Amino acid sequence: MSSEEPRVGVFVCHCGLNIAGVVDVKKVVEEAKRLPHVVHAEDYIYMCSAPGQELIKKAILEKKLNAVVVAACTPTMHYETFARAIEAVGLNRYRLEMAVIREFSSWVHADKKKATEKAIKLVKAAVVKVADNSPLEPVKSRTVRKVLVIGGGIAGITVALDIANAGIPVILVEKTPTIGGKMAMLSETFPTLDCAQCILTPKMAEVARHPLIKIYTNSEVVDVSGFVGNFKVKILQRARYVKIGDCRLCGFCERVCPVKVPSEFNRGLSDRKAIYIPFPQAIPPAYVIDKANCRHWVDGCDKCLRVCPTKAIDFNDEDKLVEEEVGVIIVATGYDLYPAERLKEYGYGLYRDVIDSLQFERILSAGGPTKGLILRPSDRKPVKRVVFIQCVGSRDINHLEYCSKICCMYTAKHALIFKERVPGGEAYVFYIDIRAAGKGYEEFIKRVQEEFQVNYIRGRVNRVYRDPKTGDMVVVGFDTLTGQLLTVKADLVVLATGLVPQLPYELASKLKIPFDKYGFVQEAHPKLRPVETVTSGVFVCGVAHGPKDIAETVAQASAAAAKAMELLYSEYIVKEPLVAVVDRDLCSGCRVCVGICPYGALELVEGKAKVNELLCEGCGACVVACPSRAIELRNYSTKQLLEMVKAVVK
Amino acid sequence: MSEVLNRVVEYSGKNPYACYQCGTCSAVCPMVRFMDIPPHRAIRLLQIGAGALVLSSNTIWICVSCMRCVDRCPRDVAPGVVFEALRLITLRQGIDKLKYEEIPNIEEAPTLAIVSASRKLTG
Ligand SMILES: Cc1cc2nc3c(=O)[nH]c(=O)nc-3n(C[C@H](O)[C@H](O)[C@H](O)COP(=O)(O)OP(=O)(O)OC[C@H]3O[C@@H](n4cnc5c(N)ncnc54)[C@H](O)[C@@H]3O)c2cc1C
Repeated sequence: MSSEEPRVGVFVCHCGLNIAGVVDVKKVVEEAKRLPHVVHAEDYIYMCSAPGQELIKKAILEKKLNAVVVAACTPTMHYETFARAIEAVGLNRYRLEMAVIREFSSWVHADKKKATEKAIKLVKAAVVKVADNSPLEPVKSRTVRKVLVIGGGIAGITVALDIANAGIPVILVEKTPTIGGKMAMLSETFPTLDCAQCILTPKMAEVARHPLIKIYTNSEVVDVSGFVGNFKVKILQRARYVKIGDCRLCGFCERVCPVKVPSEFNRGLSDRKAIYIPFPQAIPPAYVIDKANCRHWVDGCDKCLRVCPTKAIDFNDEDKLVEEEVGVIIVATGYDLYPAERLKEYGYGLYRDVIDSLQFERILSAGGPTKGLILRPSDRKPVKRVVFIQCVGSRDINHLEYCSKICCMYTAKHALIFKERVPGGEAYVFYIDIRAAGKGYEEFIKRVQEEFQVNYIRGRVNRVYRDPKTGDMVVVGFDTLTGQLLTVKADLVVLATGLVPQLPYELASKLKIPFDKYGFVQEAHPKLRPVETVTSGVFVCGVAHGPKDIAETVAQASAAAAKAMELLYSEYIVKEPLVAVVDRDLCSGCRVCVGICPYGALELVEGKAKVNELLCEGCGACVVACPSRAIELRNYSTKQLLEMVKAVVK
Repeated sequence: MSEVLNRVVEYSGKNPYACYQCGTCSAVCPMVRFMDIPPHRAIRLLQIGAGALVLSSNTIWICVSCMRCVDRCPRDVAPGVVFEALRLITLRQGIDKLKYEEIPNIEEAPTLAIVSASRKLTG
């Protein structure tokens, strides 16, 4: 610490009545005045307010204070406020300590006397600590002005375009052969019913031609190291076997390919070939070979190669491992549907005429397996009567405890489009509650019920089975409002399956971002930091963070883009210097600390441990683990901590 | 909380307040058509302090404890278990719901049926 004698000022905050209602603040001030090194103490109703901060500044100048204790709320709440105040009059920000007398005393104790005693002890501890705090300078490092976006759905597309349009290069990594995500599979979109492809594909094309966006499809991020501003990532790009620039989408290859497998894009409602393009507007605009099903590797079939006019097919293509450096990572890995076959009572997987919601989107799509005609999958008979079942998996402790949020709206949309396309058709919806709180959503539901006369039944379904005589589906359910058991015959049953996250555990742990209890990415603060994660420099948006519709996904994606740009705007990343330091004379090079550090911040250099100050989070695990006591945390030295303990127990 | 509800919670360990009235129990109940009050509504009555109405209904005695509602209940309210608690409230007052002398040909009735009827309907 500095060589001059400590001159500490103590500032006790009332926080209105939050503190002063329980703790005797005057008494705390009096006691503080008696402590060694303390040359000034006073109280004020709101220390964080502008006049409160002025008091502190004035006292620093008049009493020549060189250290400050603010006894108030928590450092998370206001350390920054007071640090800036003392910096404004020339003190180093690390010569400030906060004594938490609100959360640790007035808020949690009712006995005024004891609460006051505890507050005094907390102040004593803070005073001995601050007296020994060294003035420090923040750790700085240069940032790489490039962003990695993982997931190419509407979330990833939006974030990539926002950032690239601001002049920052973007790398977009997508697992499947095309970007677009689930939105590309949708027919029309609530609440305005614009056609999904019409609003999505222009954005996909924009991504493709953007000079600052590099797309990796068929790719996954397999390794992440480094830290905010300086991440190093490894991307595994799977072989496509078709040269992207050379493919002209003529489709000759597809015609001659002898292999048929169920199409993922049409969710099994039609077949595709082993050489295929997921949908005509896919980006990148090129065919891809599905090696697992292609006969080339079985019997040497090369029919596609022989008909390709541009010789775009390359069976020797190989998987590549690409390394990239980026400053920020944005996770936009979206969702999957909950496997409907787990709800055996609804017969999904058993009956072809029981389908999930994305399959129905494909049936409704002009580019889908039935060209937009509503035909039932088993025998392509036109559907006259359809039953929708909501909350399939959602809001059920046996499956997904949470509400998937968008199913009420998409089911209403399904029913509306059905009624529009099938004059005289009948639609039934089994529901528990209708959740339609978005802008224009309630009006949409009203229209579906009133104008389209969709039959909403408030209740659940017992089971779905096929009538062996007619081949129709039979739905047995209960109307809770009338107390009637209902049996509805239908040509088609559509299950409003819930949404589940898609981000694999391994990738999340490489990114050091926690999941919530359902596997969605946990945001840093549910209200104030909704797109940040606890790992600095890693952001999240879209359904990867929790169920949401397109409007909300896009808003969140733009928010994540703004946050990324905020970070990359300056050339340097600044970090707290409260990190571990190794005494090289004491270190024996035993490596215990290297193994124990959860952040990979320690390595052995010339036989001695060395801390990477940018990676170290100051957790102190190495300090405790070191058998030679060679490591200390800056401003949390063992000596300081022991002095604090002594001050409290004395 | 009403007295009936207190006892239900004590005997069953289930919480009727968790019920959001989805009606799954009534949909899956094989006996619902014979009940004066369908299961989901019986739980609702407990919530609003009208447990006495449920106690005096035939619902809890018609229930055959097949436990389908317990399997499928999305909030673990488990009406089948709650009904068992409601039956106990009556049975523990010494009121039996089975009169052996009224069973025709009791000598010929399957032992298993008599044992399970005794378990369910006598204190
Ligand atoms: C039946 C149905 C109907 C709907 N209708 C509407 C509607 O009418 N209006 C509306 O507003 N919303 C609707 N939605 C919601 C809409 O689909 C979502 O809000 C939107 O698709 C979310 O976009 P996303 O980018 O977050 O996720 P996704 O669309 O799931 O995109 C995620 C992308 O990330 C990729 N990915 C996943 N994991 C990885 C990985 N490890 N590495 C690389 N890439 C990865 C995926 O392949 C995918 O391309 C509907 C949803 C359903 C199920």
